[in-house]
Amino acid sequence: MPTVVLLTLTGLGLGALYFLVASGLSLIFGLMDVLNFAHGALIAIGAYATWWAASNGSGFPLAVGFGTAVGTAAAVLLELGLIRPLYRRPREQVLVTVGVSLAVPALLAGIWGTDTRPFPTPAALAGTFRLLGATVPVNRLLLIGAALLVLIGLELFLARTRFGLVVRAGVEDRAMVTALGIDVRRAFTVVFAIGGAAAALAGALGGVYYGEVDPGQGGSLLIFAFVVVVMGGLGSVRGAALASVVVGLVQQFADYYTTGGLGDLSVVVMLAALLLLRPRGLARLTGSLA
Amino acid sequence: MTAATGRPLLAVRGLRVVIGGRHILHGVDLDVAPAGVTALLGRNGAGKTTTVRAVLGLVPRTGSVLLDGAETVGLATHTLVRRGIGYVPEDRGVFAGLTVAENLRLAERGGPGNPADYALVHDLFPELAERAAQPAGTLSGGQQQMVAIARTLLNGNRLIIADEPTKGLAPRIVSEVAAALERAAEAVPVLLVEQNLALVRRLAGHCVVLADGRTAHAGPAAELLADAGATRTLLGVGRSAGPQPPSETAPLTPGAAVRPLQAGGS
Repeated sequence: MPTVVLLTLTGLGLGALYFLVASGLSLIFGLMDVLNFAHGALIAIGAYATWWAASNGSGFPLAVGFGTAVGTAAAVLLELGLIRPLYRRPREQVLVTVGVSLAVPALLAGIWGTDTRPFPTPAALAGTFRLLGATVPVNRLLLIGAALLVLIGLELFLARTRFGLVVRAGVEDRAMVTALGIDVRRAFTVVFAIGGAAAALAGALGGVYYGEVDPGQGGSLLIFAFVVVVMGGLGSVRGAALASVVVGLVQQFADYYTTGGLGDLSVVVMLAALLLLRPRGLARLTGSLA
Repeated sequence: MTAATGRPLLAVRGLRVVIGGRHILHGVDLDVAPAGVTALLGRNGAGKTTTVRAVLGLVPRTGSVLLDGAETVGLATHTLVRRGIGYVPEDRGVFAGLTVAENLRLAERGGPGNPADYALVHDLFPELAERAAQPAGTLSGGQQQMVAIARTLLNGNRLIIADEPTKGLAPRIVSEVAAALERAAEAVPVLLVEQNLALVRRLAGHCVVLADGRTAHAGPAAELLADAGATRTLLGVGRSAGPQPPSETAPLTPGAAVRPLQAGGS
């Protein structure tokens, strides 16, 4: 039982990281048809900015806020500077985002080296707590709590704000939104900013989860976030939330109860099976496309 | 070619569209009268929907599109639409995952909708008020069309473009949609793409006929519909043998037979 509790909370913590990355990725793809391979770079920027601020004397909350703000600004710059001029050229867009996904880790490695850097986790988050006989790291709760807050925030944004309404409509039919007289590009920038903020937050909290940061960290999170996006249904935040939990748990349990590394394979097999049985992903189970 | 009274509200000249290397429009000329309904007619594949989409900038186009004398080619769709165009697309363009109220709210421009506009919408389509919280994807085709038309009435438009608004609807609903368009046209000029000639006969003052991506005819609608030879040549209807187009089999009101075109205008 203690093992199951620990694996469950660790799986949910990992799922929380996936959700933070996948929710923005999913909205960006759903609304803009942009496969943002540069999302991993935003994770790395968030992780390094948080690590830098925390290592230079900022308290943890301030460092996370700084990392998230830098990631958000980077996302907005990316959208305005590189993605927007290429909306009608999807092939070049893929090349540019892949290029950014390679260039940013190289830049970070150039400045701070390729070695991993220990993340200065605050004492309050470095400890453990007891639950049903299991000793669970406190940071799992932080990850789960942050993901829940982001999920609630996104739901409120989508349901209660005019931008949210435009995003939900744009995910369905972007051309019709413009035909109603709405400049959908402004929604693009807002969605990119939200996605960038969530990804940078994932980078910051990933530092706590892994206990270190390294230039390539965003890339590995991004791969599973893409799996989550496809499983959850493109453009669906609730679908991404459900798929994140499933992927995180399956990975943890498969890794523990079978050979190490089989967790990743299980996720890929699960993705293939789901696509065969339910090609549009889990979104319809959640009752909402956005 | 010129509208009956005054400068045309919309003047299209030499409109060309090439999609994927294929020439869809070869130079369409079209005027929309500053009042009433102007019908855009033509056989299937003549280029009616492409013309409408090109006017709105939804497909790349060249030529000239003057809205109230001001050039709009080169403007982004949302900018052009905000100059006062309401659009009812062929597939209705209703957002299935949004409620009826959200679909309408999305169409508001520059702040909350005008209560008088909402009053008109709810007067024309009382069902929409009753179903405000219902997801639009669960509405019938006719109700979705009501949402699509209602959206054009909420923002003080100068022109409504409706692309086959009665397509696929039951006769009773066709009649309701026709009544709504008729009432809307009292206040706002309408460019109506329509295959249902009974509806055209009832609503349209002027018509423009397209054939093979070009303007083939323009003039008073009643005159064209009264000319059996012209309708046969331009629209492919009124033949003595062979299947009739679906539009001619769809009566405007329940149980009312559609008069054959050869019998003359209304």
